[in-house]
Amino acid sequence: MSCMTDTAVLKVEATASLTHNVQPLLHEIRHALVKLLDDGSYTAIDLRSLPLAPVEEEQLLDKLGQGEVYARLHALGPTEIVETRFPGVWVVVHFNNDNEVIGRFIEICDTPALLRSQQDDIRQGLEQLQSQLA
Amino acid sequence: MSETEFLLWVRGPAFQVATIIFLLGVVVRILEILVLGRKPDLAEARGSAVAGGLRAIISRSFAERATLQRTAFTEVTGWIFHIGIFVILLLFAPHILLFEEVFGVSWPALPTTVIDATTIVTIIALLAVLIHRIANPVMRFLSRFQDYLVWLVTILPLVTGYMAFHRIGLTPTMLIAVHILSVELLMVTFPFTKLMHAFTLFMSRYYDGAIAGYKGVNS
Amino acid sequence: MSKDETLGEALRRQGVTRRGFLKFCAATASMMALPPSMVPAIAAALEKARRPSVIWLSFQECTGCIESLTRSHSPTVEGLIFDAISLDYQHALQAAAGSAAEAARETAMEENYGKYILIVDGSIPLANPGYSTIAGISNLAMLEETAKGAAAVVSMGSCAAFGGIPKAKPNPTGAVSVGDIIKDKPIINVPGCPPIPVVITGVLAHFLIFGTIPELDALGRPMAYYGQSIHDRCYRRPFYDKGKFANTFDDEGAKKGWCLYKLGCKGPTTYNACATTKWNDGTSFPIEAGHPCLGCSEPDFWDGGGFYKAISTPTEDIPKAAIYAVGAGAAAGLALGALNRAKRDKAVAEHVKTTIDDLEKGD
Repeated sequence: MSCMTDTAVLKVEATASLTHNVQPLLHEIRHALVKLLDDGSYTAIDLRSLPLAPVEEEQLLDKLGQGEVYARLHALGPTEIVETRFPGVWVVVHFNNDNEVIGRFIEICDTPALLRSQQDDIRQGLEQLQSQLA
Repeated sequence: MSETEFLLWVRGPAFQVATIIFLLGVVVRILEILVLGRKPDLAEARGSAVAGGLRAIISRSFAERATLQRTAFTEVTGWIFHIGIFVILLLFAPHILLFEEVFGVSWPALPTTVIDATTIVTIIALLAVLIHRIANPVMRFLSRFQDYLVWLVTILPLVTGYMAFHRIGLTPTMLIAVHILSVELLMVTFPFTKLMHAFTLFMSRYYDGAIAGYKGVNS
Repeated sequence: MSKDETLGEALRRQGVTRRGFLKFCAATASMMALPPSMVPAIAAALEKARRPSVIWLSFQECTGCIESLTRSHSPTVEGLIFDAISLDYQHALQAAAGSAAEAARETAMEENYGKYILIVDGSIPLANPGYSTIAGISNLAMLEETAKGAAAVVSMGSCAAFGGIPKAKPNPTGAVSVGDIIKDKPIINVPGCPPIPVVITGVLAHFLIFGTIPELDALGRPMAYYGQSIHDRCYRRPFYDKGKFANTFDDEGAKKGWCLYKLGCKGPTTYNACATTKWNDGTSFPIEAGHPCLGCSEPDFWDGGGFYKAISTPTEDIPKAAIYAVGAGAAAGLALGALNRAKRDKAVAEHVKTTIDDLEKGD
């Protein structure tokens, strides 16, 4: 039980921003959005590559909020793709089959590549459909 | 000897030996001066020797106007690097930790960014002091090997400390080891060089001030 | 999966879709600390990669390194990397035992001579070869024999990389690291006690993708994971900079999650990826759990002067030495002072006044 309270204390104290990386990250996203509008260039930010305090990641995701699109795909375990309050800013979280997070990215683009049907898969699907119809 | 072993030696036996040499040397040199004593002044006192002595300790820290105008550079750089050294030595968190370990007392630290800036200013001041010593013909004429040695052992802990904080050049283990070693070098040279002024300056000022005070002269 | 099959082919055969493959590449890039912009290049390389043969030798070790790897073995991404290699010998994991196991090693060496990757965990005893043997072969002999045909050697864990705990004082077995013995092969050190599983698979992934060994630091560790100190990447670093420290494990500072430097944290001298990669599938790492870093990925971490002693503090009893020094100094100072006084008194006593006659004597 005491463990639980200690954790609670830690969480409360950590609410104050620690590494100060949240604000710069939001600015990086802003720059990426400008670039996306200008020339359609794609940006991805790997959240694992930055030091963020335990609560800072939550803070960041809170600030980005939830938009209109929520997609969940099943390819080598689930992946959640959520468009944030800011259209063009997507949060992509990959899980493995045990539902453990294996990657967390912020993608700035019109559609994350993973959402689109892939050429190879389309071809394979077509073959399957043809053999079903034959 | 691996890097870890080197750091352990520096933190352990080397630091112990340096502390012993430093304290032993300082105590010997101070006592040597004090035990020699002075002839009793048989004249009637016209003022307080103690008050005069204490006053001189403070007043001699500040140059009088004429001197200040003539040697403004030495005064300013001197003050800067002395204050800098004390701020860095006494208000950097890992240093306070060392004092706490040895003396059992602790006090609040300054943010590392402030210490960092102070270090740069102090190093610049010390470099300026050296350039002045070499460039000024009188200073150069008066300088002996020991003056340059004392300068070197003073700036080394600052430079190595800065390098250790920013991890420049060597592995962090080596940087910390070299930094501590440079301080040990300073401690070992201290009692046998002009660095003793850190203690003797108070004694000599008191001496001068006390003579004047006893005579009722305001020095 | 046959040995000539590429990774891309093997994945498709296992029913991995293109989407799944892209996800796998994104996760691999993240794991290897490569920028997400590298994903297409990684995808292209992995598509064509052929599975290398891997021989894994375990010497004086605790099996913690293999535990670290296999326990983290998630059925998808890292598993795929592991599937992508042909682990031909690992005596703790393989089904074969005794001479059959040794035969497997010899076959793998013969078939892939000059191309296989040799992974070693554990240190090698030199004091007496009998301290650690496998199938009657001493660790030293087996290492030298197996390293001969290896393309590269991966020293897995601090024991293989630096000697680790077996080499800790007084080192009864005369343990040494792989690098102390093998001098003519590229060696990748993956220290840690144990190493982070992602780092293990990341090194393998690098080999698969680029076919080369990754960029290494002065201690032979991959820069991608050991390029920055724990201290520099620590989320508690701002507290260090502000001078806010935990003084004990249960004081105000500890509860507020302040810096653990005073409690002996070796973060400033330790290079590893714990602070960003974390443990238990990204859950936490020792400092986040409130414990100082032990510095387990650095050489001689066991003999570093105490886990709970700050790295900059003295290891000897300084106050005691100081008291003795002051005492001895006082005695010596008083003695020298007395000597000086005597000298002065003698000089005063022997002082002879010079008269005008003395001056004229010389003429």
